[in-house]
Amino acid sequence: MTKPLLDVRDLRVTFQIRREGAMPWSAPTPLHAVGGVDFSLNPGETLGVVGESGCGKSTLARALIGLVPATGRAEWIDSKDLVAMTPRQMMRYRSDIQMVFQDPLASLNPRMTVGQIIAEPLKTHRPGLSSAEVKTRVKAMMEKVGLLPNQINRYPHEFSGGQCQRIGIARALIVEPKLIICDEPVSALDVSIQAQVINLLIRLQKELGLALVFIAHDLSVVKHISDRVMVLYLGKVMEIGSSDDLFADPQHPYTQALLSAVPVPDPDHDVAGSVVPLSGDLPSPMNPPSGCVFRTRCPRAQAACAEQVPALMGQDHRTACHFPGPLTEEEIARARKTEAA
Amino acid sequence: MALLEIDNLSVRFATNDGEVQAVNQVNLSVDPGETLGIVGESGSGKSQLSFALMGLLAKNGRASGSVRFDGQEILNAPPKVLNRIRAEKIAMIFQDPMTSLNPYMRVSDQMAEVLTLHKGMSKRQAVAEAVRMLEAVKIPDAKGRVRLYPHEFSGGMRQRVMIAMALLCRPQLLIADEPTTALDVTVQAQIMTLLADLQREFGMAMILITHDLGVVAGSCERVAVMYGGRIRETGPVGPLFAEPAHPYTQGLLHAIPRIDQQGEELAAIPGSPPNMTHPPAGCAFAPRCPYRRERCDDQRPPLEGFAPDRARACFAPLADVLAGRETVRVADLDAALGDQQDDQPMPEAAIAGAGMAGAPSKVDTHD
Repeated sequence: MTKPLLDVRDLRVTFQIRREGAMPWSAPTPLHAVGGVDFSLNPGETLGVVGESGCGKSTLARALIGLVPATGRAEWIDSKDLVAMTPRQMMRYRSDIQMVFQDPLASLNPRMTVGQIIAEPLKTHRPGLSSAEVKTRVKAMMEKVGLLPNQINRYPHEFSGGQCQRIGIARALIVEPKLIICDEPVSALDVSIQAQVINLLIRLQKELGLALVFIAHDLSVVKHISDRVMVLYLGKVMEIGSSDDLFADPQHPYTQALLSAVPVPDPDHDVAGSVVPLSGDLPSPMNPPSGCVFRTRCPRAQAACAEQVPALMGQDHRTACHFPGPLTEEEIARARKTEAA
Repeated sequence: MALLEIDNLSVRFATNDGEVQAVNQVNLSVDPGETLGIVGESGSGKSQLSFALMGLLAKNGRASGSVRFDGQEILNAPPKVLNRIRAEKIAMIFQDPMTSLNPYMRVSDQMAEVLTLHKGMSKRQAVAEAVRMLEAVKIPDAKGRVRLYPHEFSGGMRQRVMIAMALLCRPQLLIADEPTTALDVTVQAQIMTLLADLQREFGMAMILITHDLGVVAGSCERVAVMYGGRIRETGPVGPLFAEPAHPYTQGLLHAIPRIDQQGEELAAIPGSPPNMTHPPAGCAFAPRCPYRRERCDDQRPPLEGFAPDRARACFAPLADVLAGRETVRVADLDAALGDQQDDQPMPEAAIAGAGMAGAPSKVDTHD
């Protein structure tokens, strides 16, 4: 077996939150944004991360590149633990792990030209390069992501959303990373532009052998781009497996509900007959349910679910559920009834 | 008779960089109880169209044409007339419930205000009615929650409050402008089911404005596809999705990844939407269109019916579009659009009028 590029074990991110109305001297409450996530990522692979808002997918991304303090272990391919590193030690690895952000315009400095923006990582991570060499590389990279090299002196506001996202991708790629973390890279883009950026990412990944962590709330996009998919709920992994397996044969009730809710652009698709409704709202992460965090909304929840936290079980397709398997007609009918009440 | 008839509606915005033609000569009608979907990307004019109906255009906006609701002209009607129609006959819900509800007022007060103003109810009656309506949109413990402020609700619940508020006066037409765009898929499914149920219960017509073809397919009877401020194709939802007759509709349907299908490479539409300060002389979609012909560059194709209930605005013969006989290769289009990237970029301010549409995404200018 080849060694994974990144092997994450029990990654946790905890924020200390002062509750509303709490006394100034009372201890802050811990909020487990990411509560023990395990996964591994092979070189050149795409891992899709999905979940509703507040499930910790962005926090996970930020923890992986050290933007928020985390605990646990994230082992890079050279067996070094990224989580335990000091910022100085981390510096070396930053050029291996780059990030592409959601809002294309907000993630670019409006007072820098495109050339300066794309060159900045090079200046930081490859200080030995001559400025002529930097410029050649920037121009080559602009061409690679579908921008015209003669636009090098333009400012971000002169570009459209799709082009700004291309600039963001060029900036991430310029230091030849092994892993790119994409945090909702296409959700701010229009449908026709979204397809261009997705195609670009897939093409670049094949060309350069990149690994991607692709975070998105749009499941259709994740299915299209990912080799493997991880489903998060309240900071915990519910299910992880190859994209084909997970979408064709979801085992966790939450995954099934999530997939059933995705709108299908086909008028013959029976919406009312396929959606498994989830009753209620996401529980507060400050006060998560005992046992399985999903049990409060699960149509299959039983007494055991409240007592024991389910472990992630299975070989390649792993599920954190005491009673995995496809939902029966009866359970779906029960879910609809709770929702209607 | 149609409930709402839109005739030759155009919306213009005067900006420092010239006139923005947000909506051009739109004709649409909505029957009682019907659901009409309006699909388009940001900047296509779909939101401004609805704002014009409701008399909500920004100060620099001007609407022309005619909009008749129940036989009565409402476009540019004086506020006195509009105020009787808004909320009572036509109600609207917006994309972001947090910015559309008043954060300083309790939900009970905001909802009661509608009823005391329009129905002349006493405060006590109005609050009781508000609670009933919150129960209708399935907010648990409506009686207790009516006293809360908007920020105390979750996103999905807030959208339910907005819907309840819009329905207070039992309108005949509900305009929903991207009602689920800010919500998670599971909540989106809940809200769309709720809207369909309420529509049946109250017998109202609905105009659903969205960019999500999946949402349209699941809930509309008829669709109008907008691009560059004009309607490009209209028709019943089934035939339109099965056999899109306009190159843009076809392109959109091919560009979205689908969860129910195994996908190869997505067929992206090259380029980006037009700058509406200087719209192309001919068909606005021509620069991105793989079926384009010579006359597309200087003539605007009119919206013409070609089958019962269906119409499209395109010069390419229908048979060619349906059979996928393209005149230009997409790769060539890509290259051609690349060369054009160098023309004058559009300053941010030029889209100021269109920016209020509620969509958080930027209006794309060039690509």
